Amino acid sequence: MKVILLKYNAGNIQSVSYALERLGVDFEITDDVETIQAADKVIFPGVGEASTTMAYLKNNKLDQVIRDLKQPVLGICLGMQLMCKHSEENDTPCLGIFDEGVRKFKASTEFKVPHMGWNNLTLTDSWPEKPLENNSVYFVHSYYVPVNQFTTAVSDYIVPFSAAMKKDNFYAVQFHPEKSAQAGEQILKSFLEV
Amino acid sequence: MLTKRIIPCLDIKDGRTVKGVNFVDLRDAGDPVALASAYAEQGADELVFLDISATQEQRKTFASLVKEIARHINIPFTVGGGISSVEDVAPLLEAGADKVSINSSAVRNPQLINELSKAFGAQCIVLAIDARKIDNAWIVHTHGGKNSTDKKLFTWAKEGQDRGAGEILFTSMDHDGTKNGFAIDPLSKLHALLTIPVIASGGAGSMGHFADVFALAKADAALAASVFHFGEIQIPELKTFLKNHNIPVRL
Repeated sequence: MKVILLKYNAGNIQSVSYALERLGVDFEITDDVETIQAADKVIFPGVGEASTTMAYLKNNKLDQVIRDLKQPVLGICLGMQLMCKHSEENDTPCLGIFDEGVRKFKASTEFKVPHMGWNNLTLTDSWPEKPLENNSVYFVHSYYVPVNQFTTAVSDYIVPFSAAMKKDNFYAVQFHPEKSAQAGEQILKSFLEV
Repeated sequence: MLTKRIIPCLDIKDGRTVKGVNFVDLRDAGDPVALASAYAEQGADELVFLDISATQEQRKTFASLVKEIARHINIPFTVGGGISSVEDVAPLLEAGADKVSINSSAVRNPQLINELSKAFGAQCIVLAIDARKIDNAWIVHTHGGKNSTDKKLFTWAKEGQDRGAGEILFTSMDHDGTKNGFAIDPLSKLHALLTIPVIASGGAGSMGHFADVFALAKADAALAASVFHFGEIQIPELKTFLKNHNIPVRL
């Protein structure tokens, strides 16, 4: 199996690569279009700001490459947000794989933003799998995707929001499986096994 | 529900953990990676590594250590100590650290917070503040508490938030090392003042102190060193205790 970790200006590529190493997965970090297209699985990481990362993807023609992928693709955190239609973060048009908008959390003294720390998952579909019901996973984000028809796991902070989504071959998680201890490892493994 | 975070803090010098660490079942308590792994296994929610190296040579050791930590640890971690520029931060984040904490350098040059936040995002910038109460005012200190400044805790914390810090790590020097409990009053005020998370530090001595800092001061996270390093408080027991006191924790 050929696993690709998509190389672009995202902040957590190193952390995701270490997590894959710990799982004993063979993978390649690349932005080479042909290599990406030939992969069995593609992981689309993401930490950073929506407009600058989208601009980078466009300039490198990776936006259309990602949209056209037919193999299983996993978007992580900002990766998931970029898979949506639009982000409120600097009013950025995104990839549009999920026909949903990304919104900003409203900060207050009661509900601090970023939403930072471990929060539990309520599963609403077959992926992530049942054993992860109520497991806590690690989140760091100020923007969120509302619950929608593609939502497969829900977490609650200020409002219920999409912790995971799935549409055809596209999988996405708002949390950081690479930093979510055993629960995160299980999620990565389950994606690599689909 | 978002859970309250328990954060052990490790002091590092020349690539080794310092202060006596007496950790059960650990062959080499001086090895930060082994100690960090043990904490992650026990259910620590995050870790903080503070570089207290004195020389440039020792600092280089720290940077390569960060990479080793990132390779082995499957929970988030923050690194701090001696960070004073964008150039200092980039290699640490590239090595796999999730966040960096800044302290004295931000007091000297507050613009540093804006620069780091813009370059790397607010979520990875922790503003650490050491303060002690003098004549009814919480006065910010730098250089490990050695130097007093003209800054006051609450205005400085607010300014840090406005400049783009993603979290405040407040250590009460009056409570640090006493094991008499966290500084509930100033922590409560910080909670009511800020819209970014607050990490409480200084004074942890019992499990009840953790319950208090979460229930009374509404802290988002609590950091401690010696009570964990010497096994006085075991993290699994602490989390069960907190859960029994209706405080949301990750078990």
